[in-house]
Amino acid sequence: MRHATRRDVLQQGSVFAALVACGLITAGQAQAAVDNAAFEAKTLADALKLLGGAADSKDVTITSPDIAENGAVVPVSVTSKLAKTQEIYILVEKNPQPLTATFTIPEGTDAFVSTRVKMGQSTNVVAVVKADGKLYSTTKETKVTLGGCGG
Amino acid sequence: MADPMRIRAQIKDGVTDVRVLMAHPMETGLRKDSAGKTIPAHHITEVKATVGARTVLEARWSQAVSQNPFLQFRFSGAKAGDKVTVTWTDNTGDKRTDEVAIS
Repeated sequence: MRHATRRDVLQQGSVFAALVACGLITAGQAQAAVDNAAFEAKTLADALKLLGGAADSKDVTITSPDIAENGAVVPVSVTSKLAKTQEIYILVEKNPQPLTATFTIPEGTDAFVSTRVKMGQSTNVVAVVKADGKLYSTTKETKVTLGGCGG
Repeated sequence: MADPMRIRAQIKDGVTDVRVLMAHPMETGLRKDSAGKTIPAHHITEVKATVGARTVLEARWSQAVSQNPFLQFRFSGAKAGDKVTVTWTDNTGDKRTDEVAIS
């Protein structure tokens, strides 16, 4: 896999914004491409910027253990009480690539997902929820006693 | 072809609770084997769940989702006996589709 530099990633983001502005590609295609760039972002700040930034919200809840014994399997659930939740993103701050998973929630599906993620060390887990076109986030710390990136 | 998924879909008060356990190594591409060679990345990138023609969940994953991934989600508007179909695609192009009837 080719590792994009931060500069590449940021440039791609702006190019896509320009293409959307010109009407050359639809917003849907651009969203998928922005997601790809966000997946390759190396820091939480970059990943959040590529997603579009987010405001803290109490309506988004992360359920994950305070202390995880095994960083290779950490259960994480995200619930949103916001109306019109469209997308849920899970980011793990100190992983090499913070953006871990994105979920698209169509109408009729509850704003809830649960999965298991890997984390190399004690870190903040950030859930970002897109509701009615706006982004909201919440952060929770999980302490890891055994990292998940070794053999 | 990868091993089958284990899917359970149960309906209660009109809300279907779906739990999926996929069999996949989810290699990050960062680990090294005992000879010091990097193990190539091999992970699920896309997951899609449908009921009939309706998509109930779409997910895009990075390599940081755990080995043998677990996924749980809920949706309304289906009835017992409807089939939930889950498909995943990984970064090597491998695919797996399994379905289960809602009980």
